[in-house]
Amino acid sequence: MTAVQSSERAEKAESGRSVRDYLSSHLREYGLLFALIAIMAFFQIVTDGTLLRAVNVTNLLLQNSYIVIMALGMLVVIVSGNIDLSVGSVMGFIGALAAVMIVNWDQSVFLTIIVCLVAGGLIGAAQGYWIAYWKIPSFIVTLAGMLVFRGLSLWLLEGQSVGPFPREFQVIANGFVADIFPTGVGEALAGVFDVRRLNVLALGFGILAAAALVWIGLRQRARNRSYGIVDEPRSFFVARNAIVAAAIIFITYKLSTFRGLPNVLLTMGALTIIYAFLTQNTVIGRRIYALGGNAKAAKLSGIKTERLTFLAFVNMGILAAAAGLVFAARLNTATPKAGFALELDVIAAVFIGGASMSGGVGTIVGAVVGAFLMGVLNNGMSIMGIGIDYQQMIKGLVLLAAVVFDVYNKQKQG
Amino acid sequence: MSTLLEMREITKEFPGVRALDRVSIAVRQGEIHAICGENGAGKSTLMKVLSGVYPAGSYEGEIVFEGEPVAFRDIRDSEARGIIIIHQELALVPQLSIAENIFLGNERAVRGVIDWRETNRRTEELLAKVGLNEPPTSKVDSIGVGKQQLVEIAKALSKDVKLLILDEPTAALQENDSRKLLDLMLELKAQGVTCIIISHKLGEVGYVADTVTVIRDGTTISTLDAADGLGEDRIVRDMVGRDMTHRFPEHARSPGEVLLEVENWSVWHPEHADRRVIKDACFTVRSGEVVGIAGLMGSGRTELAMSIFGRSYGRNITGEIRLRGQPVDVGTVPRAIDAGISYVTEDRKSLGLVLDETVRFNTTLANLESVSSGGVLNRNEETRVAEKYRDALAIRTPTVFQKAVNLSGGNQQKVVLAKWLNTRPDVLILDEPTRGIDVGAKYEIYTIINELAAEGKGVVMISSEMPELIGMCDRIYVMNEGALVGELTAAEASQERIMSLIVNE
Repeated sequence: MTAVQSSERAEKAESGRSVRDYLSSHLREYGLLFALIAIMAFFQIVTDGTLLRAVNVTNLLLQNSYIVIMALGMLVVIVSGNIDLSVGSVMGFIGALAAVMIVNWDQSVFLTIIVCLVAGGLIGAAQGYWIAYWKIPSFIVTLAGMLVFRGLSLWLLEGQSVGPFPREFQVIANGFVADIFPTGVGEALAGVFDVRRLNVLALGFGILAAAALVWIGLRQRARNRSYGIVDEPRSFFVARNAIVAAAIIFITYKLSTFRGLPNVLLTMGALTIIYAFLTQNTVIGRRIYALGGNAKAAKLSGIKTERLTFLAFVNMGILAAAAGLVFAARLNTATPKAGFALELDVIAAVFIGGASMSGGVGTIVGAVVGAFLMGVLNNGMSIMGIGIDYQQMIKGLVLLAAVVFDVYNKQKQG
Repeated sequence: MSTLLEMREITKEFPGVRALDRVSIAVRQGEIHAICGENGAGKSTLMKVLSGVYPAGSYEGEIVFEGEPVAFRDIRDSEARGIIIIHQELALVPQLSIAENIFLGNERAVRGVIDWRETNRRTEELLAKVGLNEPPTSKVDSIGVGKQQLVEIAKALSKDVKLLILDEPTAALQENDSRKLLDLMLELKAQGVTCIIISHKLGEVGYVADTVTVIRDGTTISTLDAADGLGEDRIVRDMVGRDMTHRFPEHARSPGEVLLEVENWSVWHPEHADRRVIKDACFTVRSGEVVGIAGLMGSGRTELAMSIFGRSYGRNITGEIRLRGQPVDVGTVPRAIDAGISYVTEDRKSLGLVLDETVRFNTTLANLESVSSGGVLNRNEETRVAEKYRDALAIRTPTVFQKAVNLSGGNQQKVVLAKWLNTRPDVLILDEPTRGIDVGAKYEIYTIINELAAEGKGVVMISSEMPELIGMCDRIYVMNEGALVGELTAAEASQERIMSLIVNE
């Protein structure tokens, strides 16, 4: 055997090992993506294609938007090593506040939104204060908050449902972005795809988003290569990006054949990007991971851990308020029951997305995918007509399975 | 007097380390036997072998108790034979009462229902035996540490103890509580209980012990009999007497101006407000100087360092800190860092590193400003900084993206050092910088310390290993029970002098 051959062989063995290593250390991310695809495929088949019909895709996004928005804040709270059980109640309370302000007190929509977001921040501050500066476990403080704000919404609404909202408030959740392209273009394309109508803006947006994602991925990959980081094998990179890009284009295509881009999708998308950037690329994000990963080491490294914990809860409060506005706008009424037990769905989404109860671990993208995974499960099972009893059981088992998978994976590596 | 316990040629190995090397010890019936040795000499390991924490089969050698060979599989086994250890960290449940603690796991019960009258009656008897005047229903966390120690002893007596082992029983006690405890030991001896006491404090060893066994580096050095007179000098020499060869890199230093001055520094315990942990400490560090702080574990060295570093320990702190002659406020960690002080923690795993994060993450953590602008991290710059320190400190890792948990102890320690060097400090306080790392890595850490001093930084080195201090430092402060009790220059310092400053307190 020549030297060249043997070195080639060694290289091959080397790359085989690195693929395996890579896969085992990133099993969680691929597993989550794969699970989402598998679940969608499953429901697509058993519901005879209802799941991915344009109207249902739109519905899926609207139904889960407030969960996703709160999951962003919850991810930050959980990464910092805490938990927030009050978000469902806070969400309901803010919805009630908005309804009372607009319907009963005749305040403008703009002022109401500002007041509601500030109120959310204050609620977060009130809870964060005890947790951060008095070291009272977040479980207890937010459990108290859950009861207090549930009671406050009841009090504020006097036990009644309040609504309906004016049109300009409803568009927060139920509005769609108007197509800016001339109708002729849409009609021509609709002819090509053989559909009734087509929103060019929505489709174009999807194609651009997919292209941007691939471009960012390529840039990251090139940079990693230049630093010699153990990188994702090429085949994985191509397959993952192809699937994600295709999914984005497919979903926006579906949306474009219905009513176009929902306003709330833009809000959700923008917030997701902002929080992904905040957690991964900023000093404050880095410090939150350090705080959750090892609070003592973080403190001894000069990180103001109390203030950071406090801010995580303020942020959570603002996002819960935003979710409350979306929820109220979507239902077009505020009810005393709004947001009941929703905190559990939010927390479940974050844990399914790979966050760790002990803090320091978790990603925004994981939490968002986790939220949609739960959303698809809910939606698919409802379409199939499965009773709420079975739905609860299945969701519970999915959560357990996701976390068991995490722990098993970690033990195997450790 | 007959022999109660004999441990013959006990050898215990951990991966890569021989903790005990053919240690033998014989304890006579009814005596108080002291085991002396430095931190890490193997005393605790030997006691763990005896009590079954390391089960039979995991060590070599033979244990003979009451004339017959024994092989304990766990602590329950050894307790069943009447061998009971009281550890330095007390094993009491603070929220339970004295009586509940004494009979924990051994409840006075009839078919699962506790007989409180019997429990309290027996507790009162036992408390009378140890001379503790407290109602059996008092909660353990409402009595002081000294009394808690007595509760532990009462608990041991409740189990029909034949051999009572006390691991540094007076380490956390005040002077008069220590004395009471030692007197109790003498009383128990009069009642026929055999005791082993592990202690560094030669004063108390001389007071109670009939026999002293000195252990060093995992071997028995000597066994001395009180009848022949316990020469403290002899014990000290036996405890530290290893020779020092080229374990430290060459260095020539010329200390410059005074960088750090700490004056009348007093610190109170964060929970026990009446306990002064640091007593009027004064010391200085010059530019380009390596200053050592010697002392035993629990002498207050870490507390001193942490209280200086942003008041990370203690409360009601008084005293003054000056940097280059100017008084500075180092009341919080960020301020201490800004002032140019760094503290490399003793426990790198729980206090130094975020283990599940990368080398890069940990390297930049204490100075993220240096790799960011406007609050946004520059990942490329971050990687460059991490790689700079990886090369400078020879951190052995495939890439700076490796998780810290996967590195060896020595390399983890270098990552912690890198983190602090990245804050560009003037004064570095290193707390046990070489604990638990192998000889080669130690040499590298020493070399780094020498380079830091050569750059004009002031280094404070806290260590339990006296040879290390003597080999590395220009001056050594000796600490005992919260006070700096002596200062030695490099020329004056010897292990005997340091040890005698500690034990002659």
